[in-house]
Amino acid sequence: MNYAALIPLFPLVGFAIIGLFGRRLGSEKVIGSIASLAVLASFVTAVAVFMGLTSMPADARSFTVPVYTWIATGSFSVDIAYQFDQLSILFTLIITGIGFLIHVYSTGYMHGDRSFPRFFAYLNLFVFMMLNLVLASNFLLTFLGWEGVGLASYLLIGFWYDRKFEGSGIVWTGDAAKKAFIVNRIGDFGVLLAMFMLFNAFGTLEYATINAQAGVVLGGQETLVTMITLLLFLGCTGKSAQIPLGVWLPDAMAGPTPVSALIHAATMVTSGIFLIARTNVLFAMSPTTMAVVTGIGITTALIAGTVGLVQNDIKKVLAYSTVSQLGFMFTALGVGAFTAGVFHVMTHAFFKALLFLGSGSVIHGMHEEQDIQKMGGLKKYMPITYKTFLVGTLAISGIPLFSGFFSKDEILWFAWLNGSPILWAVGALAAFCTAFYMWRLTALTFLGKERFDHHHVHPHESPKSMTIPLIILAVLSAVGGLLGIPHVLGHPLHLPNLLEEWLAPIFANGVALLPKHTGDHTALEFTLMAVSVGIGAFGIWLAHSLYKDGTEKARALGARFSAVYKLLWRKYGVDEVYDVLIVSPIVVFSRSFLWKMVDVVLIDGIVNGSARFVASTGNVIRRIQTGVAQHYALIMMVGIIALIAIVTVPMLK
Amino acid sequence: MGVSAMLATLFAPLAGSIAILFINRDQTKAIRLTALIIAVLTFGGSLLLLPGFDTSTAAMQYGIDVSWIPALDAGFRLGIDGTSLLLILLTTFIMPIAILTSFGSVNKHEKAYYSLLLLLQFGMTGVFMALDTFLFYVFWELILIPMYFVIGIWGGKDRIYAAVKFFLYTLFGSLLMLVAIIWLGFQAGGADLGIGFTTDLAKLRLIGPNIDADLQLWLFLAFALSFMIKVPVFPLHTWLPDAHVQAPTAGSVILAGVLLKMGTYGLIRFNLELFPQSSAALAGPICILAVIGIVYGALVAMVQTDIKKLVAYSSVSHLGFVVLGIFSLTVEGVQGAVIQMVNHGLSTGMLFLCVGVLYERRHTREIADYGGITRAMPRFSVLFAIAMFASVGLPGLNGFVGEYLTLLGAFRSPFLNSWAYAVVSASGVIFAACYLLWMFQRVMYGTNDNPENHHLRDLTKSEYWQLVPLAVLIIWIGVSAQPFMKYSESAVRAVVSKVEQIKFSRTTTATLPSAEARR
Repeated sequence: MNYAALIPLFPLVGFAIIGLFGRRLGSEKVIGSIASLAVLASFVTAVAVFMGLTSMPADARSFTVPVYTWIATGSFSVDIAYQFDQLSILFTLIITGIGFLIHVYSTGYMHGDRSFPRFFAYLNLFVFMMLNLVLASNFLLTFLGWEGVGLASYLLIGFWYDRKFEGSGIVWTGDAAKKAFIVNRIGDFGVLLAMFMLFNAFGTLEYATINAQAGVVLGGQETLVTMITLLLFLGCTGKSAQIPLGVWLPDAMAGPTPVSALIHAATMVTSGIFLIARTNVLFAMSPTTMAVVTGIGITTALIAGTVGLVQNDIKKVLAYSTVSQLGFMFTALGVGAFTAGVFHVMTHAFFKALLFLGSGSVIHGMHEEQDIQKMGGLKKYMPITYKTFLVGTLAISGIPLFSGFFSKDEILWFAWLNGSPILWAVGALAAFCTAFYMWRLTALTFLGKERFDHHHVHPHESPKSMTIPLIILAVLSAVGGLLGIPHVLGHPLHLPNLLEEWLAPIFANGVALLPKHTGDHTALEFTLMAVSVGIGAFGIWLAHSLYKDGTEKARALGARFSAVYKLLWRKYGVDEVYDVLIVSPIVVFSRSFLWKMVDVVLIDGIVNGSARFVASTGNVIRRIQTGVAQHYALIMMVGIIALIAIVTVPMLK
Repeated sequence: MGVSAMLATLFAPLAGSIAILFINRDQTKAIRLTALIIAVLTFGGSLLLLPGFDTSTAAMQYGIDVSWIPALDAGFRLGIDGTSLLLILLTTFIMPIAILTSFGSVNKHEKAYYSLLLLLQFGMTGVFMALDTFLFYVFWELILIPMYFVIGIWGGKDRIYAAVKFFLYTLFGSLLMLVAIIWLGFQAGGADLGIGFTTDLAKLRLIGPNIDADLQLWLFLAFALSFMIKVPVFPLHTWLPDAHVQAPTAGSVILAGVLLKMGTYGLIRFNLELFPQSSAALAGPICILAVIGIVYGALVAMVQTDIKKLVAYSSVSHLGFVVLGIFSLTVEGVQGAVIQMVNHGLSTGMLFLCVGVLYERRHTREIADYGGITRAMPRFSVLFAIAMFASVGLPGLNGFVGEYLTLLGAFRSPFLNSWAYAVVSASGVIFAACYLLWMFQRVMYGTNDNPENHHLRDLTKSEYWQLVPLAVLIIWIGVSAQPFMKYSESAVRAVVSKVEQIKFSRTTTATLPSAEARR
């Protein structure tokens, strides 16, 4: 199946064609088609590869296609090579499938933009890099994709480079782009160091070798494993916007909305989950790291969820929601429920892409308005957008039978089983926030009174190119959860957990290292499920009663708890703290001490000082050279007399 | 064919430099064209070095040896190995671009200017080919003169200060090197090899490792100081920002592209090859300076308000990686250093060209004078971004390969024996993103508010063709480094194994087992 290597190639070709020829290719239709077809071609190929894999025996579903040698020197050698197995093909299907829908959507959304070709070139570049990330057979190629999606993200956040954007310490969209790249770089620093350690230990960066030999090579070296995995996890907190590096994602909303859907919700931000899933054996070897992953994940889920409660920008609510949901995924990974984490990646990709694209449709129909306080009653004007958005909201809130119900519930269950009741409780609280802020968003946008200015704003439904992807995603959000029906529900009905079976070989070695929790917990599991559904429903009810008539009631509440409200509104002041504690000191130190003191005063002082010393010494000594012959003659005479004296005086004795 | 290609590569620029002297100084067009054609032909000629080059051996190839001053046993000895081959190609590749970029920006004393540029190329190529310390010294000093004039005559406002600073700094170093060369010659005479005083590098390589440790250390330091000024290594770097800011664009491109590499090349060719014991002994302290340079250069670059100065300080940081890689004394590290030399030449050369493009239009280098330039110059913004990201070390572009390998080498080095070097240096990768992206954001993004910037012209055809070849190579090396790195592999392996053998056959203590365990 060497043709599998074509999967990343198609979007690369699309990028090259559109990037090099741009507008010369012709109309928007041509450009949009090239870009969309490139991704569609990848998707179709991926489906074929997937079919091929299913026809193989379960434990042999893996093959690698080497393309060429990238770097080789000394004992170091890395190929451009792609690995196809259960995990990488799953991510590939998500990336190319949802990627294709978002490409189609974008042809409508970006219609008339002066940089239409540039947008699609970047989008294809992103898909190419993302596919490298997940299909790589070694760490370094993943790292190329890892930083490559960062580049695409940078280019797309700053796509409207001359627009202003309101954010913490941010004026331009370009500031947000730069912030995203730099914060991610801090995470990448960790990945870089982890790769050095891994190469030192294994002599290779191939996943297959490292995963197979991890037990032998690193067995008994828990400190080293912990260091490696924590450094990898630092990279994950960057890419997947977790504490302490999550600050960039809300500002990344400066990019066009399809970008937020594809990169900052469905695919790129789940790279961290992918990396841990890919190296689950290493992570499972370090209980310390697993605990850290759990702790960071659940804390992020709650903190971001609370911030999402008070935001008024439609995209920012979704951004904090994404951070919070990613926190759930890490919680799952941290407690060893790898499949549940990946499952939530998939369902989240469906419903969060749907929600973002829906918000894009709203923004489009509202003439670039993003403040939900100035919306309301849009249900009437945008029926398709409303209905699909509603499906997304119900899915993310964990309403039974929608996809989010299955994946979130599985995470919460394992949080209790493998973790602790407290972990479950915090997760349930975050889930409550989810249901609340999502219904608040839906209610303020689509229900209640119309709060916009009818003279200037004429809401309208979006074109078909945008609504059809919405409908497809809504269907996926509704039924996608059936791929991972939990045993407690599936068993009595004889329905298998397809996803778990599919991914089992990937996680077998990792899971084997973790403690087992056996026994019959059916009753407990049902109880917790009922409680969490109840919590979700309560969140929706509460939000509905507060916001169905606009923001007045909530504003009164906010005034009563103004301290809490302000804290949440300011996002706990994390950006400000970073600025005061880290950014400003480094800049001041570099400018006032390193440059103005060390370079200019100290080093150049010595250099110029010694030059001045030579010059001034010369200045004194040159006076001897008067150029007057009599002076020279005189000095010569003195010299001769002195010489004669020196020679003759001793002789006289 | 190889030997004649080598001689043509060396002497064609000299011939061109002389030929230009015979053209009437009013015929500027003829002068420019002659210079450009010579440089392009030289590049073509240098490509002929490739087919016959044997990548499987570390030995010098295309060697010639003509007696010159018999009393000193100084000879016209030339030859190339993989390391010098890459740097020679870098030189011949950069020069036509540097000449082309001067067409628009240099418009006084053009006859002297182009003649000096070609003389400069002759000297630089000679440095990379010389296999005789005396000859090497001649080429090394020869470069000083044209560069001094290029900065001093065609430079900016404070050009005289910058030119003198450049000259004195470098001269100070090279005088120490001259003393070391003479001393080394006498050592050869004193050794029981039946040879007298010599400057033949091949013979010196035999006696070098046998020189008494104390003396070897002094000789090592004399060479190293001279090279480290050229690189430049912290704290010997303060000539560089001034020289770069004052030099004309072509001067900066050559300075960053090629001249600095003479220093790092010298460290490999002389310090590592002649004094393996001292190299091993001093690897730690030198790498500490390199690490300081990486972080220091990056931090100071971050707070610059002048684009050119920012790029100049970034060079201090990037060259730190090269020095770190060299003195990691591992194959990965030194190979990374060699490819990083090429990479830095390409990406920083390209950055200086981009700064030149802006300067030609606005005659200012202050970041604050720009903003939102992308709207006016979309093509330029793409190429500028490529140069910037190459410099940031983005995987898929060339800079990453070199930085990664030098860091890997430092991380694994049995000589440094500590992760700290690589860990601290890797933070430079973060800072590089900070200062370059910040600069790019302030210059290219935002709205174009300054009325003087409203009607900036996008790239001219000439500018476009200066930048595109660089961009192509930047991407090419980035996605497929192997075809380039294979040339220097054998030479680097030989150097490293020489140091390793001497170090680990003599000291059987602590370092040996750990080094073994790492394999």
